[in-house]
Amino acid sequence: MTAIAIRGGHLVDPAAGVDAQKDILLKDGHVAEIASPGKLKHAEGAEVLDATGLTVAPGLVDIHVHLREPGQGHKETIATGTAAAAAGGFTSVAAMPNTIPVNDSPEVTRWMQAPERGASVRVFPIGAATRGSKGDVLNDYAALKSAGVVAVTDDGHPILKDNVMRDVLAAAARVGLSVIQHAEDTRMTQGASMNLGPVSFRLGLRGMPPEAESSLVERDISLVTELREARPHLHVAHTSTAGALAAVRQARRNGLRVTCEVAPHHFLLTDEHVGLYNTHAKMNPPLRSAADRDAMIEGILDGVVDAIATDHAPHATHEKEVEFENAPNGITGLETALGLSLRWLHKEWKMPLGRVLSLLSAQPAALLNLKGRGTLTVGSFADVVVFDPKAEWTYRATDSKSKSKNTPFDGWAMLGKVRWTVSEGRVVYDSLP
Amino acid sequence: MNPAATSVRRQHHLPPVPVSPFPYNPGSLLSVMNLSLEGVSRILARATELEKEDPLKRDRILSKRRIALLFYESSTRTRTSFELAAKSLGADTTLVSSLSSSIEKGESLKDTGLTLRALGAEAIILRHNSSGSAWLLEAETRLPVLNAGDGMHEHPTQALLDLRTILSHLRPGTVTVNDATLAGVTVTIVGDILHSRVARSNMLLLPRLGARVLLCGPKELLPELAAEAGPGVEIERDFEAAVRQSQAIMMLRIQAERLAGLQLDLEEYKASYQLTGQRLATLAPKAIVMHPGPIIRGLEITAGVADGVQSAILEQVTNGVAIRMAVVERSLVRSEQGGRA
Repeated sequence: MTAIAIRGGHLVDPAAGVDAQKDILLKDGHVAEIASPGKLKHAEGAEVLDATGLTVAPGLVDIHVHLREPGQGHKETIATGTAAAAAGGFTSVAAMPNTIPVNDSPEVTRWMQAPERGASVRVFPIGAATRGSKGDVLNDYAALKSAGVVAVTDDGHPILKDNVMRDVLAAAARVGLSVIQHAEDTRMTQGASMNLGPVSFRLGLRGMPPEAESSLVERDISLVTELREARPHLHVAHTSTAGALAAVRQARRNGLRVTCEVAPHHFLLTDEHVGLYNTHAKMNPPLRSAADRDAMIEGILDGVVDAIATDHAPHATHEKEVEFENAPNGITGLETALGLSLRWLHKEWKMPLGRVLSLLSAQPAALLNLKGRGTLTVGSFADVVVFDPKAEWTYRATDSKSKSKNTPFDGWAMLGKVRWTVSEGRVVYDSLP
Repeated sequence: MNPAATSVRRQHHLPPVPVSPFPYNPGSLLSVMNLSLEGVSRILARATELEKEDPLKRDRILSKRRIALLFYESSTRTRTSFELAAKSLGADTTLVSSLSSSIEKGESLKDTGLTLRALGAEAIILRHNSSGSAWLLEAETRLPVLNAGDGMHEHPTQALLDLRTILSHLRPGTVTVNDATLAGVTVTIVGDILHSRVARSNMLLLPRLGARVLLCGPKELLPELAAEAGPGVEIERDFEAAVRQSQAIMMLRIQAERLAGLQLDLEEYKASYQLTGQRLATLAPKAIVMHPGPIIRGLEITAGVADGVQSAILEQVTNGVAIRMAVVERSLVRSEQGGRA
């Protein structure tokens, strides 16, 4: 593998506290050297990427994506999903286990990581918490972990039984895995296809009450409290309600290991964006009220939110061209997360660039204990995103590298254009190939 | 909480909600919100003219034009009156219902719509059990789509025929409507508001003409947030108090097929909300009684009231044909005013 020298750029590495003009040398898949401009000592023969005027940052880390393989290759494959990730500046993605078959075994976990999948960036499988994600029998977490699983969840099939969730938290804590919960008390959301509120009433659609999310987060936190001696880590996926965020905030004050992520659509859009039955605005958790959306922004700005994660959920066009109630949940997100976060969190809401990038890399990497990711200190993985922080551009879904184009952000203005994405020392995305 | 982060909405510009592209086809009638008050006036005027028109002349208006009726739910009144309306304008109609077509074999609404278009359908009248389905069909076919009821959402021709019925009793001789035509009129809608597309279309249309709409029913069938549906809409849980204020009372059927597991004590419901002869005589002896049908005699309304002198239920049905003639004509013929309503 040839070495790569990224010269002339502005390095922002929030985990290392670096925000300065630096050149950086990547060798053998790792960061080999960081130096002041023009001062790299070991860069002879290296391929040079001229990053003049560009920002150089740790490759982004998305801890919540659906790559659809095995089993649903018509929506996405690991190859296309990770190509979309690379185009969006991501170098690490954690893949949810709701595949067919469900990833509840070391075999599926290893299959997903095999070189034949053609992944552009590093895929970290998340294992199912229970057999077949049916919420009854726990999987062998030690075996899953040694196969490469970084967390467990029954995403999409929330674990409702108290005793099962308690066992999951305890068993995961024993082997040092995080438990990710899609918090939705499905007993309160039967037949519902959007947020419960004036908009769902007006549209004649059954609604999901915000309490369906917050009550399950509260239940989970009470279990974490019960088990606090064992130090379980509960991570709340795609937080969307003020109530759930308040519960996480309180749990943290109480010294519990409870973290949460928010998706760009939940800090930007509200249930009004469903418009007249736009199935590209249908996901679970649904777009919420303006008050909930504002709470997500506040939580990001004041630091209670630990990560931005996309919940990238590709679906084929024909699957979304159906009655709103019958459409599958989910939108793509890997190629819009950086552009939207910079456009809104940084430019509009004045969040420092380093903090925005930290939410997209250092913090999610730390949260799932992805060693050597989310930072560019010497010895870390050579996972780098180089982007033009000033470039304004318009996202076109048709240009997406993903197999699916189901996004509500088609035609949206973005800020910050990825120039190169480097994964473990290989250029995996080049905007001007 | 960080004070700098509070009141985000007030301090910061937020992404706008995109403007709706609907309706794509100006002949469509998807929602009462697609109609201006001038448009409502034109439909009412045309309904009257077409009703009076010589049937042999009327027959030429849409002579040999092809209109498909696509029905995913059973229907007596709406289907028959749309069909009679289209036929009396001379159109050829064809009925596709979910139980005798490829829909049973799993064909999607999009594909069914495109198939009907390829067969030569120039407009589609759609009744469907999913809210929003008329928008999907219109977006995919770009044909004029007439919404004959989409799930729990809207039933715009029902609201128009209800308006015609209300006007004929309370504002006889009205030629054009404006935002004060129904000023001082209180219309109470009673019963299963949550699952009712008739209620939604009426509560969106009638207040725009100055009416006050009272919604009445138990919490299970009438959530508090219904009052936020739009201006001019209020909730009055006390049935007798609501009736006492009303010039028109619209009774709704309990939609057993949409209750989705909700348990309801029917005896209790009758005691609280049934429109009886006694209640009507003491509380609103001059009000008109309406019902979109089908009525369940002895449940929401007694047989005596349904057949009584204050009942306008069958007039509603008759008005339905006139309104639907105007709406079907509008779907395929540009109005004389040089544009559709």
